[in-house]
Amino acid sequence: MTDRKQTYRGKGRRRAVCGIQYLFLIIMAVISVFPFLWMIISATNSSMDIILGKMSFGGELMNNIRNLLSAGDLLTCLKNSAILSVFITTLSILICSLAGYGFIVFKSRAKEFWFSFILLSMMIPTSSLIIPLFKMFSSMGLLNTKVGVMLPSLSTAFLIFFFRQNTKSFPLETIQAARIDGLGELGIFFKIFMPMMKSTYSAAIIITFMSSWNNYMWPLISLQTTDQRTLPLLISSLGTAYTPDYGMIMVGIIITTIPSALIFFLMQKSFVNSMMGSVK
Amino acid sequence: MNRKLSKQKLKFRISGWAFVLPSIVLFLWLVLWPMINAFIMSLQKGKGNMMEFAGFDNYLRLLDDPVFISSLKNTILYFVIQVPVMLVLALIVASILNNPKLKFRGFFRTAIFIPCVTSLVAYSLLFRSMFAEDGFINNVLMGLNLIDSPIPWLMDTFWAKVVIILAITWRWTGYNMIFFLSSLQNIDSDIYQAAEIDGAGAWDKFWRITVPLLKPVILLTAIMSTSGTLQLFDEVVNITSGGPNNSTMTISHYIYNLSFKYSPDFGYATAVSFVVFVLIAVLSLLQMKVSGDKND
Repeated sequence: MTDRKQTYRGKGRRRAVCGIQYLFLIIMAVISVFPFLWMIISATNSSMDIILGKMSFGGELMNNIRNLLSAGDLLTCLKNSAILSVFITTLSILICSLAGYGFIVFKSRAKEFWFSFILLSMMIPTSSLIIPLFKMFSSMGLLNTKVGVMLPSLSTAFLIFFFRQNTKSFPLETIQAARIDGLGELGIFFKIFMPMMKSTYSAAIIITFMSSWNNYMWPLISLQTTDQRTLPLLISSLGTAYTPDYGMIMVGIIITTIPSALIFFLMQKSFVNSMMGSVK
Repeated sequence: MNRKLSKQKLKFRISGWAFVLPSIVLFLWLVLWPMINAFIMSLQKGKGNMMEFAGFDNYLRLLDDPVFISSLKNTILYFVIQVPVMLVLALIVASILNNPKLKFRGFFRTAIFIPCVTSLVAYSLLFRSMFAEDGFINNVLMGLNLIDSPIPWLMDTFWAKVVIILAITWRWTGYNMIFFLSSLQNIDSDIYQAAEIDGAGAWDKFWRITVPLLKPVILLTAIMSTSGTLQLFDEVVNITSGGPNNSTMTISHYIYNLSFKYSPDFGYATAVSFVVFVLIAVLSLLQMKVSGDKND
């Protein structure tokens, strides 16, 4: 008798817990998604309506786009951002995956020392490096150039660590077999390692592309002329103006968000898988 | 050991170093060398290229610089409040999402992760517009009769900090949740079933099983978020511009202002930057301990 009562009460309680869980998730999801909705709706309204909190679509989208195009050189900024992100992503992934692979496959005491040394640099904040880098690059004529923006992002401790961690799970016998077949070391890397580690590379692409596309502090300091500006610099200068035109800023925010959202959704699956791999 | 290396062995060694050399060179050139330079600069005084040795003057100046002290306080406040709140939220969400019987799991996971796809500048401006004094948030709160008069979110020293904390939490909770979720999925579900048979409730399972087993990941995310929060820059610049009255300014923002906004004072600015470095270094020692017992 008491037994049945207890199971019954247990069921009711479990149902309540379940309800609370759903409620909590729904609230979290609404809070997470709402600003996106707000951004899209606001892009179609005038600045005045946005400030007043209008929550329905308006007819100002074309106007906002036109204003944005005339406020700054949107297309140049877009081009600059695209070039920088593509180059940074490609080069840094190449350099860091070579290193991560080398640190495991050609393991030696000296290399372990260098790896820990590089790993230590993860704790160096960007703000400590910008001043010496600024002085160094200005004497080398690298300020206000794309190369100058790219260089500090090409070898990052995090990416090296990430590739080293994921290389650990790569079967070394495969490499031995390829060596016996007469394939050179670089050949093994490009023809065997890279294709087999697709999901690790996808995750690295997501991480690197997003951080280079959104890079703000270093470009803000090193790029001085408007023709070199990147997208985040453009929308930041519009957004922090004395009387910001929110309609056109929303269009700018959407344009900035689309590429990183796109790349994330295309590669989401391998991203999650490989995050799991590196946490293990 | 044979001193003579066979030709093949030598070739193997050389190619091994060739793999890691580019990143080591870049590291020495663009991290280590600048760090040494920064330290030398922090011991100098002067403007532009006219620098002279000043010993530890810059570091002593820190002690009675009210802007430095308030930006240090703000930075520490952000991470003391924001990091625990965010990690607890992320952990709760992840453990709910880990239940395979949950409906719309994929939807909830994507929805809660989605803030991470926004650029830091973009979402900062989004928050700036939503929290404007006559803006959306105030209108909603007044519409619901929760407040009588608009809250001057970005104009008040207290509320401006609240907005910054809300914004960072919005952006990063889903990111940390993914880490928790990935390692939760590695936990054998038998453990939970066994606990259920023993009569453990959701609360017990969370504190007695989930939290202890996730300890390494919790520490990892804690240290990543701490380092991120201590370097906070993009958000503060774009949401409040450090105001009102420097009440939201972070150390990174102050370093930027010192070197590129006011008349450049590189010596003093690098001294400030070493404070951030030391803060993060101390906390990273923890990280190494954590990754140390995971690696072996």
